[in-house]
Amino acid sequence: MDVMPKWAEVVLVPLISLVLAAILSALVILGIGEDPVAAVKLMVTGALGSTYGWGYTLYYATNFMFTGLCVSIAFHARLFNIGGEGQAMLGGLGVALACLYIPWPHWSLALIGATAMAALFGAAWAAIPAFLQAKRGSHIVITTIMFNFIAAAVLNYILVNMMRPKGSMDPATARFPDATKLPTLHDLLAPIGINFSKAAPANISLLVAVAACIFLWVLIWRTRLGYEIRAYGQSESAAKYAGISPVKITMIAMVISGALAGMMAINNVMGEAERLVLNATEGAGFIGIAVALMGRSHPFGVFLAAILFGFLYQGGAELALWTSIPRELIVVIQALVILFTGALDNMVRMPLEKIFLGIRNARAPKPAEPAE
Amino acid sequence: MDYMTLIQLLDSTVRLATPLLLACLAGLFSERAGIFDIGLDGKMLAAAFFSAAIAAMSGNVWLGLLAGIAASLALSLLHGLASITFRGNQLISGVAINFLAAGLTVLIAQDWFQQGGRTPSLIGGARFNPITLPFADTIEPMPIIGPLYAELISGHSILVYAAFAAVPLTWWLLYRTRFGLRLRAVGENPAAVDTAGVSVIGLRYAAVCICGVLCGIAGAYLSTALQAGFIKDMSAGRGYIALAALIFAKWRPWYALWATLLFGLFGALETRPDVIEALIGIKVQGQLLGALPYVMTVIILAGFVGKAIPPRAGGEPYVKER
Repeated sequence: MDVMPKWAEVVLVPLISLVLAAILSALVILGIGEDPVAAVKLMVTGALGSTYGWGYTLYYATNFMFTGLCVSIAFHARLFNIGGEGQAMLGGLGVALACLYIPWPHWSLALIGATAMAALFGAAWAAIPAFLQAKRGSHIVITTIMFNFIAAAVLNYILVNMMRPKGSMDPATARFPDATKLPTLHDLLAPIGINFSKAAPANISLLVAVAACIFLWVLIWRTRLGYEIRAYGQSESAAKYAGISPVKITMIAMVISGALAGMMAINNVMGEAERLVLNATEGAGFIGIAVALMGRSHPFGVFLAAILFGFLYQGGAELALWTSIPRELIVVIQALVILFTGALDNMVRMPLEKIFLGIRNARAPKPAEPAE
Repeated sequence: MDYMTLIQLLDSTVRLATPLLLACLAGLFSERAGIFDIGLDGKMLAAAFFSAAIAAMSGNVWLGLLAGIAASLALSLLHGLASITFRGNQLISGVAINFLAAGLTVLIAQDWFQQGGRTPSLIGGARFNPITLPFADTIEPMPIIGPLYAELISGHSILVYAAFAAVPLTWWLLYRTRFGLRLRAVGENPAAVDTAGVSVIGLRYAAVCICGVLCGIAGAYLSTALQAGFIKDMSAGRGYIALAALIFAKWRPWYALWATLLFGLFGALETRPDVIEALIGIKVQGQLLGALPYVMTVIILAGFVGKAIPPRAGGEPYVKER
């Protein structure tokens, strides 16, 4: 029996967690001797006050949508994929190989090819821990953590020793050819008369990310496979009894998860940097955890949470530029969001459940429908 | 490779293994009691900052050590609150703690010292200085044994000796005391411990606190003994290597010593590519050597070389039957 009505579960609990995280963040800003109100104002104007700011906000949000979806689909199968970071790194390698070694005639074909390669590489990097979990029982959290470090080492090795152009000191690949240049939001919005900032990196990958959100929603709630994944996540023994193979679900959920993380590379590697650099992911794989927790693993929630974190990221960069507050403030906010929406979930939930139980008992002495 | 190079290599192995060993034993206490802890790295980082900061301000490294332990303990209690009291997800709590430490240390360092997220360099009494063991100078001229004693065994900071002493101590505590028996039981079958009338929550909090203290010492070692001051992200994933060593050691104290020494040796070799080349005749890339602990852990976890079985109740919050 659900103690709380659905709206409280979906809206109230995350909202209270978020408010708690915000209050603590404000206290942190006060603690380092800055004014939280002024900081928020600066963040809003910096991230949302111009099309330039929006361009960066949406660029970051695109990354976080992919990684947030990556963590979400794994959560539905009750798997915790911390390896989004490594899978996104490998996705970057796939994009770099596709862009550098295949002579694409047009960006649209290049986008399709690069997306496929990114998804393939990311999925492959997730498939190994998934296989080890499903067949050998090795804890997926530990293996995906280890695979993050291995991915960083492999990428470092490949960039320094194989893909670095001759004579270059930088551990990075050569610049991608012009034919693979993705249209930015400026290019996309100009024909319909909107003058979007030319300098901002947001690009057509945003649309791919939104499409991925819709795809995942359909997959999870409108297909047989999605039902199996959710059933497995709710109860492994019940799923087994219903004839759902744990090995199959673990593999499929993780492969989709890894593919989504890998696809982030079309945004940051192909869309923005236009070459593969070391540490191209910049921790976006880990922010996916916060995004998925805040979005309650629902694709629409992930979409909103990704935009919020995009705002925080761009706003934080502006803060670091104009005040003495370091960029690490965003890491603290991210930690607080993970803490309150993830680990301390019951702290918010338990008292709320008591309140709703009290209301219901007061309204209906006999067993009845949950009070709205 | 001559004898002196070997001694030097082993010497830096010991230095690099020390923080791993302390953090590994910290994780051992926590995980043996059924609380997964992937927040070791964050706790070390927080301790590294606060010990360097307080040591820099007071000029006394012991005050710094206390501050580091206090910071690590505070994060441990947060982990306990989330995973024991509120029965939250221990892994997510650990992730949050790692980020919290990574962000807060830079934020506070910038506010206190304005040096771009670092503390001032520590000098004199603000650092743990090497201790020369008795007779080191007399024995040094002797062949073989002299350098071994004077270079490898003598001349480390007190925290190194403390870390090595912690291994038999942990073994004794876990396997020879009533507390240790209960602690191991609470990680395997908390319901049985509860039935025997012993507090599961109390035991788990005790384990998490011991973990906090050990991580605190590990962090303090990083910033006040291994290096002279705190720099941003200075734990550099050591908490995760300690976690890997813990799995490698299959959650046992003596094996933890060997595992961390092995991983410490990898770290030492990473800085000496010439030694590897002389030893095996091929040039090995440093980056790949750095990834070796992780690869080995995955292989062990996969059960290809001896299966690593974690404590049975690990990661699951205990709910009392009504």
